[in-house]
Amino acid sequence: MAFSEGKFTTKDIAEKPDLFLSGHRACAGCASATVLRLIMKATRGPTIVTNATGCMEVASTIYPYTSWAAPWLHTAFETAGANASGIETALKILRKKGRIKDEQVDVIAFAGDGGTFDIGIQALSGAVERGHDFLYVLYDNEAYMNTGIQRSGGTPLGAFTTTSQAGSAVPGKLENKKPIADIMVAHDMPYVATAAPYYWKDLIVKARKGIEVNGPAFLHVFAPCPRGWRSDPAKSIELSRLAVETCIFPLWEAVNGEYQLSTPSKVIALAPQKKKPVKEYLQVQGRFRHLFTPKYEKIIDEIQRLTDERWNRLLKRCGMTPPAKTA
Amino acid sequence: MKSAVKQEVLGLNGDEAVAYAAKQSDIDVVAAYPITPQTIIVEKLSEYVANGEVNTEFMCTESEHSAMAACLSASATGARTFTASASAGLALMHEMLFVTSGCRAPVVMAVANRALSAPLNIHGDHSDTMAERDSGWIQIYAENAQEVYDSIFQAFRIGEHLDVQLPVIVGLDGFTLSHTLENVQVLPDDIVKKFVGIRQLPTVLTHEGKTVPYRLDPSNPMTMGPVAMPNYYFEFKRQQEEAMRNALKVIQQVHEEYAQLSGRRYGDGLLEQYRLEDAEIVVVCLGSTGGTVKTVIEELRAEGVKAGLLRIRAFRPFPVEGIVKALGKAKAVAVMDRSMSFGGNGGAVCSEVRHALYDVQFHPYVADYIYGLGGRDTSPSQIRKIYEDLRKIVQTKHVDEPIKYVGLRE
Amino acid sequence: MSSKEKSWKEASPAGVCWKASTTYLTGDWKTYTPIRDLEKCTKCLLCVLFCPDGAIHWKPEKNDIEFDLNFCKGCGICANECPSKAIVMKIE
Repeated sequence: MAFSEGKFTTKDIAEKPDLFLSGHRACAGCASATVLRLIMKATRGPTIVTNATGCMEVASTIYPYTSWAAPWLHTAFETAGANASGIETALKILRKKGRIKDEQVDVIAFAGDGGTFDIGIQALSGAVERGHDFLYVLYDNEAYMNTGIQRSGGTPLGAFTTTSQAGSAVPGKLENKKPIADIMVAHDMPYVATAAPYYWKDLIVKARKGIEVNGPAFLHVFAPCPRGWRSDPAKSIELSRLAVETCIFPLWEAVNGEYQLSTPSKVIALAPQKKKPVKEYLQVQGRFRHLFTPKYEKIIDEIQRLTDERWNRLLKRCGMTPPAKTA
Repeated sequence: MKSAVKQEVLGLNGDEAVAYAAKQSDIDVVAAYPITPQTIIVEKLSEYVANGEVNTEFMCTESEHSAMAACLSASATGARTFTASASAGLALMHEMLFVTSGCRAPVVMAVANRALSAPLNIHGDHSDTMAERDSGWIQIYAENAQEVYDSIFQAFRIGEHLDVQLPVIVGLDGFTLSHTLENVQVLPDDIVKKFVGIRQLPTVLTHEGKTVPYRLDPSNPMTMGPVAMPNYYFEFKRQQEEAMRNALKVIQQVHEEYAQLSGRRYGDGLLEQYRLEDAEIVVVCLGSTGGTVKTVIEELRAEGVKAGLLRIRAFRPFPVEGIVKALGKAKAVAVMDRSMSFGGNGGAVCSEVRHALYDVQFHPYVADYIYGLGGRDTSPSQIRKIYEDLRKIVQTKHVDEPIKYVGLRE
Repeated sequence: MSSKEKSWKEASPAGVCWKASTTYLTGDWKTYTPIRDLEKCTKCLLCVLFCPDGAIHWKPEKNDIEFDLNFCKGCGICANECPSKAIVMKIE
């Protein structure tokens, strides 16, 4: 249990061999690649991975090359949940019939925001309802990045994508991000958590908890994308920190439906003056550039309002008191 | 032909025959979603699981798309996998059918053939499986519940054969077969179990430089279902075609082996010929219609008419050689299509048959008969009319109407 | 197409990959190269963890880290995240 309690150092993680190998073709500064590397270092033993179609699938398995040291299967875009179901079920019966080694084999499904918020939500919901034992990792780069930055249900309000363009009439995406992790909590599943790669230890611990829990686990990981966010590749990890510090992407976990803030967000909850304005996060990304014009600057206020609203709701869920309303 | 083993006779409809055969096939995983007219299959399987009659994991998924994805991934993990579907369900699986054959997963699926919407119609025709004819699945169509039962075992053996490694559809006409009670001879469990055997896996070369069985195995990691760029995609498609070619032989071999065991034979496994040796006018069809045609042939033969039937059992792979041999000497051929290819040159079956006969020097006249859509009944008198048309074609040496609609109100 | 590419008869079925991507070098993508100041480096190993490309290795036998420029795409995450500012990115 030491691992899921965070009793490890950077050295312990550095010494664990990579299961997500170098030589993949993700863009320079791709946070999703860091997320996958770290999560694969959270595995506890034999693990089978399945991947929805998306950035990470394409970047990691261009035939005849593979970046996966673990057994790995891709079938389609919307099938990560169903794939995990099939793998887990097959392992169970084959073990029972003595056709494979009698050992614990963990199943991890990776999917992007397109494969999770949108096209894959049905298969994911079904797999969770059926109670399969697997960890589902959503690496959320907030748009269909693999195909050239099209909006998804995970794209935030105001963001420019190639299918939610910002022009003289429309200020980028008009709708806010779907609260996918809350939707998963509503499935009454044993473990749901959010994570960001800057908080690497928190991420690894949560991944490990998700693997160790009996039944389905869902991990929503924030994964900045320099290509799609029009941000500096060097800032990808920093942006994941800013998202937490602005409460745009708070870190929490829900064990059997009980919400609890994770330390980086708890610090802010206990000292609200530490909460940074969303502007600090938005201004370093080209996808929000149009919001910093007189015509659309009100959208920034709206993003702040929505962020506060969601944050306050989260605080209540965590049994904490939101700050008294000002103005 | 006599069987070497004693067989029990059970009253089963086509769906129950499928489920009973599935129960006897030592299946590891069933992932399915109910849809009329195959629902009885999944209900029966659920019942077998509930009663502890099978050592099978039964997963009732939230859609057919997920059912096929789960079958594929379970198969990739090394499990023998089975599912059933029909109509809209099969159409929803469409994407995954290609992925399953492309991943060379020998999933077996019973399809209780049913019309596609719109308008909504739950009754039998072949629109559903014909729309999947290019999906890389082997397709076998049964004539009656007995053949349905027999075909399921053969499907596992064919699909899992190391020279094939392809998924297999066993088609049974919706309601006509799926819901009609027949006497079905069933083999003892142990005999079938031995015939079906344990799933064999082909070997593949992995990124670790090892040649190991093709499955998701932490001891021998491999990457399945990668991206293939224009420099490689084509090669894998050619492999699938080769597997289909190999299946022509394997279907016959497995069919023969099963015939020895059960005493039941359906032509050579690919094609069933009925009164064809000297036939001048021939009907070609798939599925349960074969039974009706045989009855009509007996009447016609009594009247001295040289009528025959060629029933295509394996539509994929399409047995070109056998078809040429079987029809090459006929004078006129009517192909019965129980689906439409809108805007095409006739139905799918006719297009293929006519194409196969093109290179025969004195090929027969070929006419297409679209029939039975959405469960429209096709009577012996209508079949008789088709043979009359063929006689007229032979006499006039001319096909007046290359595509006709049977039993349609004009 | 190069002659090294397999024919349909040679390749394993279904596209099972037969090369690890560690033989596919992505180092030539970069325009910036990380330069480490050995004096400043505290060997906290955060750069090893954060590198998206696994291009910084911890070598316990040397008690040091090593940049693998064969895979470094020059993103600069290591430099940006280094708590002691021991890494700078230099244009190639």
